[in-house]
Amino acid sequence: MSDSNDSMGVSRRRFLGDMAKTACGVALLGLGVGLYSRQAASLPATALRPPGALAEEDFLGACVRCGLCVRDCPFDTLRLSQLGEEVANGTPYFVAREVPCEMCPDIPCIKACPTGALDHGLTEIDDSRMGLAVVVDQESCIAFQGLRCEVCYNICPIRNEAITLELQHNTRSGKHALFIPVVHSEACTGCGKCEKACILEEAAIKVLPLHLAKGMLGKHYRLGWKEKEKAGGSLVTPDQQHEYNLPEGMRYDYEGRGLIVDEAATPTPFGDNPLDTLKRGREGL
Amino acid sequence: MQPGQRPGSEAIAGKGWWAAHRWLLLRRAAQLSILALFLAGPWFGLWIVKGTIASSLTLDVLPLTDPYLLLQMVLTGHSPEQAALIGALIVLVFYLLVGGRVYCSWVCPVNLVTDAAAWLHQRLGIRHTAQFRRNTRYWILGLTLLLALVSGTLLWELVNPVSIVYRSLIFGVGFAWLLVLAIFLFDLFVSRRGWCSHLCPVGAFYSLLGHLSVLRVSAAARERCNDCMDCYAVCPEPQVIRPALKGAEQNTGPVIMSGNCTNCGRCIDVCSKDVFHVSTRFNNSTTSQFAHKTEVTP
Ligand code: SF4
Ligand code: SF4
Ligand code: SF4
Ligand code: SF4
Repeated sequence: MSDSNDSMGVSRRRFLGDMAKTACGVALLGLGVGLYSRQAASLPATALRPPGALAEEDFLGACVRCGLCVRDCPFDTLRLSQLGEEVANGTPYFVAREVPCEMCPDIPCIKACPTGALDHGLTEIDDSRMGLAVVVDQESCIAFQGLRCEVCYNICPIRNEAITLELQHNTRSGKHALFIPVVHSEACTGCGKCEKACILEEAAIKVLPLHLAKGMLGKHYRLGWKEKEKAGGSLVTPDQQHEYNLPEGMRYDYEGRGLIVDEAATPTPFGDNPLDTLKRGREGL
Repeated sequence: MQPGQRPGSEAIAGKGWWAAHRWLLLRRAAQLSILALFLAGPWFGLWIVKGTIASSLTLDVLPLTDPYLLLQMVLTGHSPEQAALIGALIVLVFYLLVGGRVYCSWVCPVNLVTDAAAWLHQRLGIRHTAQFRRNTRYWILGLTLLLALVSGTLLWELVNPVSIVYRSLIFGVGFAWLLVLAIFLFDLFVSRRGWCSHLCPVGAFYSLLGHLSVLRVSAAARERCNDCMDCYAVCPEPQVIRPALKGAEQNTGPVIMSGNCTNCGRCIDVCSKDVFHVSTRFNNSTTSQFAHKTEVTP
């Protein structure tokens, strides 16, 4: 009786011991994978996700790394990351400077995605936001040196909306203009064609992931004039009329015209002819 | 098996080499042709199948998705598109019919590596290797699901050798060959049949399906068994054989009911007494199996 109890105890102890060992081993494995994932899933700035890709965290939960998007991309833009690369292994990405996205109107990559890691709700390629072009180096971009380049401006599929040229005075020559490329985030899709086309040895305009390219205003920030527009009137009642202590007949225009002297309503003691004043003598004053 | 003899030699002597390797050859042919279908596109521009084993599209109409991946995806909180759902359902039904771990022995590329390691292990007569508990794989399966749930990403896919090996064959090798080598050496020197039969969570997932699946191997003519032990020697999951083969006294049916059986059919090959046959779970009566055995010959 006691004998069998003993052996049962032993086997139960062994069973529990084995279990504990397995549990510890597996927990260690989990820890290892977790730690590895911290670095394996950090996306380098040059790696752009295909159009419609969910936010990175969600994307890594949804993409099964099947490569169907890669297969259906007619321009061989996309590729799957391989073991040893910095991009989370197996996930699709592209490098703008190598092969940019040609912004297919029918977006075959999204249609191919079986999981919805590429959002099927995106049907207008112009609405995609793969990244945002930024003129990262004004010192080497030749437009800033006063040379006519405009290659990025001209190649952009959303020409004159995603990139516009802003004229500035060329202080070096004194008589020419600078044709400065300026990117607008309302229109840029981050396709990377501008980065690919930049004539410099290292592109001065680069497409960056949105989180790197964009700043963000503090969430508590309110811009007064926008709030006023939204509310349809001043939020601080009543809207104070600013008063300037100016001599009669004078006004101040804060929108740039400066001091205004109302000609008509100027009851000045001085006539148009200075001699009149002299003739009048002291009593005239 | 006589001492010093290789498992299956009696069967070869009795049935001839081809008959004693029939299922093995069929299986290799299946593994390689599935791989060839995937490779025909990128290599020869013959796009019959696109994608990888994780998710694919055949002839532009048939979507297939690994249900194990879909499960993880759902745990991350993502609701998949219809294509993935239908694809996973088709795969699920398929393996429920033909046997869960048919995935392991007839499809998975890692099986080629681990089978090679097991073969060499046996040829070199390596004796002492570490043994994991066979249910370790279920723990790891649980871990992978937990990781997906907690991290919100398919964390296991960063390291999952099964998908990495397949993907790297189709999309370019990278460092994946190191992983293949690691698994080979692990199975050869560290733990015999360590990866596929003890650790792999993909195999564990399909084992769970295998508990319910229809098509099964049966020791239908178990009374003819002469205890040569050859089937145990070649089986990647030898623990599944005994209850069926030696179950006559316990009144257990001859069908191998364990979900761990991979339906590889190697036991059918190496048995010189033709004890094993392909059968179904419904053919498991204990009486006079031999009279109404269903044999499927390839
Ligand atoms: S939109 Fe066209 S070019 Fe761009 S990634 Fe998709 S398929 Fe490729
Ligand atoms: S098709 Fe979708 S799931 Fe497949 S690799 Fe591309 S993004 Fe990932
Ligand atoms: S990435 Fe460049 S080319 Fe593409 S839309 Fe933006 S500005 Fe235009
Ligand atoms: S019992 Fe037979 S079919 Fe099942 S795994 Fe073992 S050798 Fe393969």
